[in-house]
Order: sequence, then C-alpha cells, then structure tokens
Amino acid sequence: MRILIVGATSAIAQKVARLFAKANHSIFLAARNEKKLVSVAQDIQIHGAHPVHYMTLDMNDFDLHPALIHQATQSLGGLDILLVAHGQLPDQPACQVNVREAEQAFKVNFLSVLSLLTHASHQFQKQGSGTIAVISSVAGDRGRQSNYIYGSAKGALNIFLEGLRNRLFPYGVHVLTIKPGYVDTPMTSHLKKNRLFADPESVARDIYKAIQKKKDVVYTPWFWRYILLGIKLCPEWIFKRTKL
Amino acid sequence: MNAYECWGRYPKAKHQIEPIYWTSENPFIHSPATSYLAFGKGRSYGDSCLNDGGVLLDTSGLNRWIHFDDEKGVVRCEAGVSLAEVLRLAVPKGWFLPVTPGTKHITVAGAIANDVHGKNHHRAGTFGRHVGQFEIVRSDGTRLLCSPQKNQKYFSATIGGLGLTGLILWAEFSLKRIPSSWIQMETIRFGNLDEFFNLSRDSDEKFEYTLSWIDCFSQGKSLARGLMMRGNHAENYPDKKRFSIRDRSINIPCTAPRWFTHSSIMKGLNVCYFYKQRKKPRVSRVHYDSFFYPLDILGSYNRLFGRGGLLQYQCVLPFEGHGDLSAIKLILSRIAKSNLASMVAVLKVFGNIPSPGMLSFPRKGITLALDLPIRGQKTFHLLEELDAVVGEHHGAVYPAKDARMSGENFRRFFPQWKEFRDYVDPNFSSGFWRRVTQEPSPIGLAS
Repeated sequence: MRILIVGATSAIAQKVARLFAKANHSIFLAARNEKKLVSVAQDIQIHGAHPVHYMTLDMNDFDLHPALIHQATQSLGGLDILLVAHGQLPDQPACQVNVREAEQAFKVNFLSVLSLLTHASHQFQKQGSGTIAVISSVAGDRGRQSNYIYGSAKGALNIFLEGLRNRLFPYGVHVLTIKPGYVDTPMTSHLKKNRLFADPESVARDIYKAIQKKKDVVYTPWFWRYILLGIKLCPEWIFKRTKL
Repeated sequence: MNAYECWGRYPKAKHQIEPIYWTSENPFIHSPATSYLAFGKGRSYGDSCLNDGGVLLDTSGLNRWIHFDDEKGVVRCEAGVSLAEVLRLAVPKGWFLPVTPGTKHITVAGAIANDVHGKNHHRAGTFGRHVGQFEIVRSDGTRLLCSPQKNQKYFSATIGGLGLTGLILWAEFSLKRIPSSWIQMETIRFGNLDEFFNLSRDSDEKFEYTLSWIDCFSQGKSLARGLMMRGNHAENYPDKKRFSIRDRSINIPCTAPRWFTHSSIMKGLNVCYFYKQRKKPRVSRVHYDSFFYPLDILGSYNRLFGRGGLLQYQCVLPFEGHGDLSAIKLILSRIAKSNLASMVAVLKVFGNIPSPGMLSFPRKGITLALDLPIRGQKTFHLLEELDAVVGEHHGAVYPAKDARMSGENFRRFFPQWKEFRDYVDPNFSSGFWRRVTQEPSPIGLAS
C-alpha cells in the first residue's frame, strides 16, 4: 500500500510508520524539520519500508498542500492511505489572554487539516477507495477549563471528520477519527506522568488496527471511550462546577 | 515506581529527567545544569548509571536505525537502540552481535560506555573492539566524531568511559555472520577449581563461547565446583526456524521477601542445580536466546533479591598460563565461608585480546562475577576484603557492576584514571565517579 504521513516526526506517527514499514509498504513522509525527517526516513527504510520519500514543509503554509498531495501521489504512484498526525498542544493560560495564540492553535490543529483534507478528499473521492486517518484527541469531546482551546480545535476537527466521512462513504472512502488520551511523547514531556499515560507504541498499534478494520472512530487506549462517555454524560450544571 | 534506578536497586538516587528525542538537537538546552549523565536501560548494577541530584538524559527516544549494510554486516544506529532490537534486525538476515553480555536489554551506547564482554571474550575481546565510529556531544555543544582514526583519544576514553566523556548520539559497529540462530552446546560438570582450569583451557580452543556457573557455597576439596557451558553456532540447520528470533519473558510482579535469598535456600538451590547435571557431559542444541540470555526470561529478576537490593561483584585476576591460583582460591573460599552468595555466580577465563578502551575492565586473567543480596554491613565488609586481595594481585573490579568500591581501590585498579580524567566532560558526572574520585570515600551503608 501507498501511505502519506503528515507530521511524520511526531512520536505516534513514527511508530505507526514503523508498523507499516514492517509490512513493506511504500511511505511518503512530510514534516517541518528536515534533519528529523531524514532520521525517520532512514529508520523506517531499515524497518522495511520501500520506497521511502519525504518532503519538508510547514503545514501552516496552506498553499503547499496541493503540491504535497501531488508530490506524494507521483512518488508513490498513487495514494491509498493518508495519515494526518501533526498538531500542537497550546499553552492554555496564554491562549486565554492572547487571541493570537488561540488563533494559532486553531490554525495548526484544525484549519491546516481542513485545508489538506479538502484537497485530498477530491482525489480519494475520484479514485473511489482509500483511507483518511486523522489524529484528533479526547480533548475534543468536551470543553474543560484546563484545555479548551486545544479541545475546541479538536472538537471542530471531529465534526469536520464526521461530515467528511458522511460525504465520502458512498464513494468507498474510509475516514478514521483517532482519539488518543494522554500519550508519553515530546508533546507532553512537560506534564507529570501518571497511570493514564500510554506509550506511543501501543497507541500506534491501535491506529494500525483501526485502519485495517476500517473503524470510524477509535479511542486509544480503549478505556478512554468509557472515561469520555462518563464525562459527556455529566449534566452541564454539574460539569461547570468541576475543576477538570 | 521510580523507573530511573540501577539494576541492583542500591543505592537510591533522585534526578531531574531530560528525555532526548533527536540526535540533531542540543540535548542540554532545556535543562541547564552542571551535572549530566546519560541513562539507557538502567542495567548497570550500581551508581555508574545514577547521578543523584543531577540531570539524567534519558536516551530511550534515540531509538532509530541510521544505516544497515546487510552485505558487510555493519549497523549504524542511535544511542538508545537496544541489543534486543539489533538482534531482531540482524538475526533474520544471518547476522549476530559480535559480543554480547548476559542480557540483551542494554543500549548500544551502554555497551560502548561499559565496554561490555561476553562468553566469547577469549576469541572476540570486548564490544569496543567491534565499534567503527560514534559521535558524542559535549556539554558545551561541541560534537566529536570519534573513530580509531579521528579524535582517537576521545574514542578510546569513551569506550569503557562510563558515559562521562559526553553524550553518545549514535554509533556504528560490525556484526558477525552466523550459520543459524542455534547453538550446539555442551554442559560439563567439574568438581573443583583445578578441573575448571583444565576444562577451560581445553574448551577455549575448540569453542567460541564458554562460561561456567559455580556453586558458591561449596568448600574444601570441591571449592568452585560447577558446570561449564560451552558452545558454537550450530551449522547446517535445515528448517525454516534457522534464523528465528526469540524474545520471551515473564515479569516478576513484586519484590521477593527477605527469606527468599536466605543462605539455606540458596545453598539448597545450588546443590540441586549442580546435581541436575549428570557426570556425563550433555550435548544439546539450544536457541541463542536461552544460551546467552537465560536470565532475560525473568522480566526483572533483580526483584528476587528483596527490598534491600543486590550487589554484583565482578573482579578479574591476571594470570599467565596455569600459574598462580592462590588469589582466586582465597577469594572463592572467603565467599563460600561467608554464606552471603546467591545462585548467580560465574567464572570465565578472559583472553589476551586488548580492548581499545582506556578505562576498560577486561584483561587477560580469570574473572569471577556473582550476585549478593545486600545483608547490611556484612556484605560490604566481605567485598571490601575481596577488593584487598584483588588489589594485591594486580586485578581489578568492574565499575559497571559496582556500587561500593572505595576511591582508593578504584585508583589502584585503574591507574590510568588520571589520563582518563582529562577527557571527562566537566559537566558530566555520576554517583560512581564522584564516589571514586572524591575523598573521603564512603564505604557501605554510610551514605
């Protein structure tokens, strides 16, 4: 299969890439930092991916999105899976005082995906097959005071993906929303670790399986589905009094 | 649970943790400090992998392959890749580690920093001999590419340099060809130390791998009785399992109670293990995983040694031919009399292949390694006495496995430490290094 991974230097994406590499798939990687990207490309090549191509770009530069999809499709000779893994955890207190910060968080976590998928969806629709898998977050399921800017960007993303799934379903295109809980990655390296933290490898395995099984939404690790169910069921008049 | 502890779980230490994810980034930028030390898998027994009060650079994020030449068998990888991962990559293609210690759960950089050795020391020397090049980054941000040709002195100081010369970012080393994943192994019983030597001399000629387990409680005529395990890679293994890999383990869920390592239980187990093997040698074909890594089957076997933790003692005593055995006899009989040992005790004769490492431990002679549950001062006093014997006979004690040797003894065992000191990064340190270079040296539980 031919896979494009965006945000390929993220910890989770790297592990997913390895799983695809072990099954000898063809992979195209995209990320901002060239040196890091080269490290990842070399690594998955030795893990068995063939061929491996890459392109450096900043996903905030929306104008480059069509070129990225074109380039990946050309290099791989087609596109079967698109995994979107880039994202950024903003500083919530800073977002509360600085609208620019909040705007930036929306741009990276939501608008850039919207732009990329708007371009990609036409291609998938035309070919009538393939998978679009996007790493969202459990934070998008309900707004909480500690993280609601990130949460609302991911929430918007979730709704966008629901719509896209609905639109592309008749064409045989699979859209997967991935909702990880806390994962022990560079993105969360400043947070204090507890039992809820999962390692990127197990999250990657869940993603890999969900892509193969053509699931619509996957919570990873699995227990987050039930934690979020509880959180979503909590009536607002109680929820607003919590310190979550 | 504190994951940043040493394998012996003694001493304890508190650290600031700085995870490292990329070789291209400056690892020192996020936590400016004056005392750094790399931490891999925490398989060093003592405080050589601890840095109490300082920063530990966790290298588990440096786990990528960089290059693999499967024609020549040369692999280049980031520092935190483990030997288990190297095996997973190399074995299916018919390659194997040139040298491997008794666990595969160590990092490549750890193998270099401790210049590890294995059952084939008499043929292959130490791990450092098979390293072609590596890159280190010093705390001032300088990067040094080190090889036998380039930055030679840093190359030599970093091999066996206990992680003190800077952070190893990646390394390149050569693998060796194997005919299969299987080992043609012989197990032979020997009744005492003299028998061991005769057997060893004989075996080292014909076998690539030799190692002997000894019963540390036997005394007198049967002092150091035990079993020799010797083997070669099995040729012509026909079926599809020819290059199979194995990686199984059972986790020990909790710390064992104190009585578990009581001397009477240990004594009994030693006797059983010895007599399990008949007088007649046993020939068998075993997978490399059970031949090289029998203890890896138990996820964290260090927990069997109880809350107090364990000390490992490994010393080497030089000897020429079939020379003077009095020193090793003295050491073994002191251990036997003390009743402080456990099940894990091994003897091996090191060959005379020199190591490129400035501070490397292995040298021609006989080496003894044993695990001891910590039973307060008794244990520390016994090892202090053994150190004295080792010192008198120009031997050495292995820093990677040490948590208690005195500074005085270290400097006696490794007179080259003064030269080595010049290559130590001024902002790198470890519990071990402070202990053996700063006076007065704390002994035993005083700290």
